[in-house]
Amino acid sequence: MLDVLTGFVGELRAAGLPVSLTESIDAAEAVHHIPLEDRQALKYALAATLVKSSAHWKAFETAFEVYFSMRGPQYDIDGADAPGAPGGETGEGTGDAGAQGRGGGGEGLSPEELAEMLFRAVLAANDAQVGALARQAVTRYAGMEPGRPVGGTYYLYRTLRNLDLDRLLERLMHTVRADAPEGVLTPLEERLARDEFQARLGRLRRELEDEIRRRLVADRGTEALARSLRTPLPEEIDFMHATRDELASLRRAIHPLTRKLAVRLARKRRHGRKGPLDFRSTVRHSLSTGGVPVDPKFRYPRPAKPEIIVIADISGSVAAFARFTLHLVHAISSQFSKVRSFAFIDGIDEVTRFFEGVEDVTEAVHRINTEADVVWVDGHSDYGHALTAFWDRWGEEITPRASVLLLGDARNNYHASQAWVVQEIRHRARHVYWLNPEPRAYWGTGDSIVGEYGVHCDDVFECRNLRQLECFVAELE
Amino acid sequence: MSAPGAQGAEEEAHRRDVPGPLGFPDPGPPLFASVADVRQRLADVGYLADDGIAGVVHLADRLAKPVLVEGPAGTGKTELAKSVARVTGARLIRLQCYEGLDESKALYEWNYKKQLLRIQAQRVVEEDDGAPGRQAPGTAGGGRPEPGSWRDLEEDIFSEEFLLARPLLEAIRSTEPVVLLVDEVDRVELETEALLLEVLSEYQVSIPELGTVRAEQIPLVFLTSNNTRELSEALKRRCLYLHLDYPSLERERDIVLARVPGVSEELADQVARIVRSLRTLELKKYPSVSETLDWARTLVVLGVESIDAEQARATLHVLLKYRSDLERAAKELAVAGEDRT
Repeated sequence: MLDVLTGFVGELRAAGLPVSLTESIDAAEAVHHIPLEDRQALKYALAATLVKSSAHWKAFETAFEVYFSMRGPQYDIDGADAPGAPGGETGEGTGDAGAQGRGGGGEGLSPEELAEMLFRAVLAANDAQVGALARQAVTRYAGMEPGRPVGGTYYLYRTLRNLDLDRLLERLMHTVRADAPEGVLTPLEERLARDEFQARLGRLRRELEDEIRRRLVADRGTEALARSLRTPLPEEIDFMHATRDELASLRRAIHPLTRKLAVRLARKRRHGRKGPLDFRSTVRHSLSTGGVPVDPKFRYPRPAKPEIIVIADISGSVAAFARFTLHLVHAISSQFSKVRSFAFIDGIDEVTRFFEGVEDVTEAVHRINTEADVVWVDGHSDYGHALTAFWDRWGEEITPRASVLLLGDARNNYHASQAWVVQEIRHRARHVYWLNPEPRAYWGTGDSIVGEYGVHCDDVFECRNLRQLECFVAELE
Repeated sequence: MSAPGAQGAEEEAHRRDVPGPLGFPDPGPPLFASVADVRQRLADVGYLADDGIAGVVHLADRLAKPVLVEGPAGTGKTELAKSVARVTGARLIRLQCYEGLDESKALYEWNYKKQLLRIQAQRVVEEDDGAPGRQAPGTAGGGRPEPGSWRDLEEDIFSEEFLLARPLLEAIRSTEPVVLLVDEVDRVELETEALLLEVLSEYQVSIPELGTVRAEQIPLVFLTSNNTRELSEALKRRCLYLHLDYPSLERERDIVLARVPGVSEELADQVARIVRSLRTLELKKYPSVSETLDWARTLVVLGVESIDAEQARATLHVLLKYRSDLERAAKELAVAGEDRT
């Protein structure tokens, strides 16, 4: 048991979760108090002791499912002995047999019959049947071959393409509409029915994922799979390579992040009590002790609220990154005396107005993408022209209190760099920072000229995920 | 791995020696028989726990560890602690956290006024007697020290009699079972969190003048956090972690049924489904469980049997608290413009 547990903790650590020694001791203690045959109970017990952040739950769940999948659904390990290394031979056999056995029933269905049964099962919300059909569908459509080195997403994609869930959804909706009195649904009913079916289809999708994972584990063994299935934690998702789902989860993650940052920045301001000696006040207060300055008084520091000027490349290659940064900076704009944003591709435009009076930053970003005048010639990044245009129109307005953030990968399509603008900005502004969403190793390769700009900046940061972005903003004072 | 979980008479015997052989505090006799028992008994007082919640509460009792409950506002974090207190028949002691909370509000404080009175009284007694003497009328309470003896006086004014127990100390000193609720722990500063650590891991409070106060019995501790900032590693490490998210459709419906008197099953189902749809939208603030309950109550009071677009529009402001959210919800759920009845 202990070996299994330490193996699991190792797996979690490898997935990037911070698990301390005391926490794993707690986990070992916790499993004494729950019935080991109860898989759910075990999962929650381990989660409660090992995972201390909701953002890490998904990573934990994947690790748990993979790691304990070999040990069969009944989890047949008794407390006394520890059955060898994770993913041992015995486990592999049973897992494989189980998968085969479960997939066995109803082998001879035609695709139409399968689709029809699935349709009925989803309509009736028959979870058990949906599960069985999901296994069936994986057998039929995923075309899984032993030892083939592709990820689970590939199989999932193949299965989903064959099942065509969108059409299934339309068919379900159609049935509901037909069943309604007078054959019409009110928009509200329509919406509710759609959400209901989406939820059921979501469950089906999860069943499919589980089934595919079970089979992959049976094929390759736990350890190999755990490595390939490791999902990045939300704060470590790369902006540049995020999938649509990941982008959605990033958007959700950024909201609490901005709140946390705002709180932290405000607190720092209130509690930084290290001011210089206030001589006048000290003398004034010393009168009550007969002129002896017993209690020295200090000046409260009044940290300047910096002005922020964000100049963001919003061309296709870095759009997602720029969006998050704009999002973040504007969400915490109460911490800065003034935030001005500029967006460019090859032309440049001030976009501050889109954020004014708008409660919803997503909306503002959308309007920037559609309304702002950022294209000059052909809509390919031209940093040189954008920067000179910026300097001509707004250069005068940069004050010594301003911090300038330049966002972009500095991939200039081999145009002139006009790096002198950055140098001029540096002379006027308090700080100039460049945030680059590309990995440091790629800087200066191809048409990337971040180096040319970088020499004129105070610092150039690699900023590929939320964590790095958060670190940067927290230091920005 | 030796098992302090082994039960029996031996457990009773060293119940008072709080840190067990491995540093695990001894939890005492179990409050709950099993996870299912937790669920059942919580349901009896109207708190519908899912597997995760029940499992963590059970573990908290068995491991004698505090539970850190995190999640969006209005998902029943505080309610969980209250319900557990009700189920176990324990007294609920609540420490509401806020920025600027300090030792004297959380742990204990010396009753300065009473101490001053005590010293004054001493002086009065001495002056009355004229000279150091023995007899004195019973003006000041407690054991009478030798007049003039500073040490006795000091021992006297730093005794339990002059100690004002604040929630944490109170929970530790209580002889009857206690549920301690540390509410919104994310509101205190990072440094203040440290105050909690000794209480949470050792169940003891060190008072320099008095020594260490050990727990008579291990209180069940719940800390809640709205996640406005990251709590320190040290605190998290000492706790079991429970994330309370918005409930599933079925659970929400059951909660509405359990908590709103006079609600029909059909209405509860509709309410839960509309709320779920709302939570899939991108809103500034998602409707919480307590707001769902408010909405269901509103509908019951209005005598609504089944919700149509018109009623939904008229009462949506119970659920959503931002104008932009209301507009978006009305647009998305198509309950806005065209009236179709």
